[in-house]
Amino acid sequence: MTFVTQPIGNPAAPLARRNPVAKLAAALLFSLPLLSTLDPLTPAIALVIELALLPLFGLRHAVLARHVWPLLLAGAGVLVTMVLFASDRSGTVLVGLGPFDVTTGVLATALGLILRLFAIALPGIVVFATTDPTDLADALVQNAKAPARFAIGALAAFRLLPLLGAEWQMLTLARRARGVDAGRNPAAKVRLFGATAFALLVGALRRGGRLAVAMDARGFDSGLPRTYARRQTFTGADTLLIIGAAGLAAAVLATTITLGLFRPII
Amino acid sequence: MSTVVLRGFGWRHAGRRAWAVRDVDLRIDDGERVLLLGPSGAGKSTLLAALAGLLPADSGEQAGTVEIDGRSPADARDRVGIVFQDPQTQLVMARSGDDVAFGLENRGVPAAEIWPRVSDALDRVGFPYPITRSTAALSGGEAQRLALAGVLALRPGLLLLDEPTANLDPAGADLVRTAITRSRSSSTLILVEHRVAEALPLVDRVVVLEAGGGIRADGTPEVVFAGYGDRLADEGVWVPGFPLAPQRAIAGSPTSPLAATRAVARAVARAVALVVAEDVAVDKRLNDVSMSVSAGEVLAVTGPNGAGKSTLALVLGGLLAPTGGRVSAFGDPKPPHRWRAATLTSRIGSVFQNPEHQFVTSRVADELAVGPRRLGRTPTEIAGTVDSLLERLRLTKLAAANPYTLSGGEARRLSVATALATAPRLLVLDEPTFGQDRRTWIELVTLLAELRDEGHAVVAVTHDDDFVRTVADRTFALGELSGRPA
Repeated sequence: MTFVTQPIGNPAAPLARRNPVAKLAAALLFSLPLLSTLDPLTPAIALVIELALLPLFGLRHAVLARHVWPLLLAGAGVLVTMVLFASDRSGTVLVGLGPFDVTTGVLATALGLILRLFAIALPGIVVFATTDPTDLADALVQNAKAPARFAIGALAAFRLLPLLGAEWQMLTLARRARGVDAGRNPAAKVRLFGATAFALLVGALRRGGRLAVAMDARGFDSGLPRTYARRQTFTGADTLLIIGAAGLAAAVLATTITLGLFRPII
Repeated sequence: MSTVVLRGFGWRHAGRRAWAVRDVDLRIDDGERVLLLGPSGAGKSTLLAALAGLLPADSGEQAGTVEIDGRSPADARDRVGIVFQDPQTQLVMARSGDDVAFGLENRGVPAAEIWPRVSDALDRVGFPYPITRSTAALSGGEAQRLALAGVLALRPGLLLLDEPTANLDPAGADLVRTAITRSRSSSTLILVEHRVAEALPLVDRVVVLEAGGGIRADGTPEVVFAGYGDRLADEGVWVPGFPLAPQRAIAGSPTSPLAATRAVARAVARAVALVVAEDVAVDKRLNDVSMSVSAGEVLAVTGPNGAGKSTLALVLGGLLAPTGGRVSAFGDPKPPHRWRAATLTSRIGSVFQNPEHQFVTSRVADELAVGPRRLGRTPTEIAGTVDSLLERLRLTKLAAANPYTLSGGEARRLSVATALATAPRLLVLDEPTFGQDRRTWIELVTLLAELRDEGHAVVAVTHDDDFVRTVADRTFALGELSGRPA
């Protein structure tokens, strides 16, 4: 089990340096309007813009591709699902498989869905791939006025996540050492998995409880106004990034509407 | 600096019948450095939590009063700092400097003062890395040093240390004690620690809590240990000057002067080797190792941190597949890691470093029945095994307790008992004596010596020199793993 807990891009790139809250807001403003239409052109244009902007975030396409494999997997899943279950099988038959005929209509629908998935997920991925979690928590507290108890608490919990992988392995080995295994019985496998997951959860809660006590012992619950050791600033450039994102989203939708391809979701 | 005054203090956790601590009358003056001792369960940790203001009024019942500089602990929170046992659950931030700054931010220290105070605190504990060092990359001893720095940065008048070295190997524990010494903190200090010899240079006064309540002894270390040393040692405190009796095998002693006899003993031992490892390696965790373990011997596996000792224990225990070399055991053509779990437990028992990892039920007695049941033993046989193990490991009174609520020593005894329930010939233990009080320690070592004399083989990964000296027949030292990522 691995987690991306540190930025993977060049942190000095012009847009990677922007305030984390500004990046998050820009990502939301750019990707949410894409949800309003069902046509494949809107996400396609958005995706082209996103990929073109990657270098400004200090991300190399190849590096990003290695980290977004779950997204690629999800894309493949959509394709398989559409081939198996699509009701609209119009268009030219490309591969004749009886009830699972692969037609141009099926492929067009699948492609539209995959493009939407990518275009909407990518901005969020870019934000987290270019932002240090500590900076994000700081900016949420300082610039977005999020409660410190929530933002810093989540950050502390996040730090414990990578431990879960090692913990899972230990619990699995310990069960084998106790003579508990599932053999070839699938039902026993599911039960064993459930029991191990429960033990993992119990352990995580106990650790979380201890961490919370240690944090309060250092005054996290003091109720005094916190000061900030690390300053997060929100500048004109950050405002520009947000405005730019909203403007680009509007331009993309305007193009689709002008071409008459806009298919509202409702 | 702070003054602590307790008058008739007691605390009972909600839902418990017994008081965790009671009838404590104690005054600790400005700048005193106190070692707090007492048998397991005397309420030392509860007392520290009370002083740190970490016992909310609705979580139990209080008797008497606690005052820190004339204020209640809840109001004196900003004067008190506490360091706990477990380094993993005390660090909050991803970067070391940020972690020290965390407490200062909480207390509203002006931003301009934060970073000078962070570097001062890190300097005082001898933290060897820059402030950007990832907290995930620290060893246990380094992480505890950082936790101490995080507390010292707040300049507490009262510093509480709750077994700060119990989870650390000897090198890590040394790091932390050096840090406490060199921090030259002027705070009043209260330290809870089992390893008295190592703690004595840090304190000038010893207070001993009585298990049933009250204070048994109070004074300078010399006075307290002259009057109560033997009783404390019996109760499990590691009082200096109480030697441990060796528990050597009768034959084949490594100190035997007759080399010829030893050669014969070794030849016999080889003939009954239970497990043989040839050039066994695990990627990035263990370099080529060849060794064998024979019936009737206790083999200690030693070596520095990161040498792969625990990995070797997992491989010998049939829990991890080696990526190179081969392991053969019990004359089985298949290597142990390919055996069915039930077969494995009937031959090799593994005891993990953290006992809690091993528990799979919610009652102590059920825990002991798991293994025999998997082997298809009859209910009568299982009941017999469970009862005799409960008896042998002094757990009979706890038969219905939840394993997760046991004390450290009880949990350790239970984890050893679970491995013995299936009567394996080979026992593999990872740091069995780690963090144990003297009484549990002696019980464990005696038990392992008995098992050895009954013809079992025992492999123990250990950092504990006393363990090696008293019970090990042979030592296998692993070298530093080369090319290990930092």
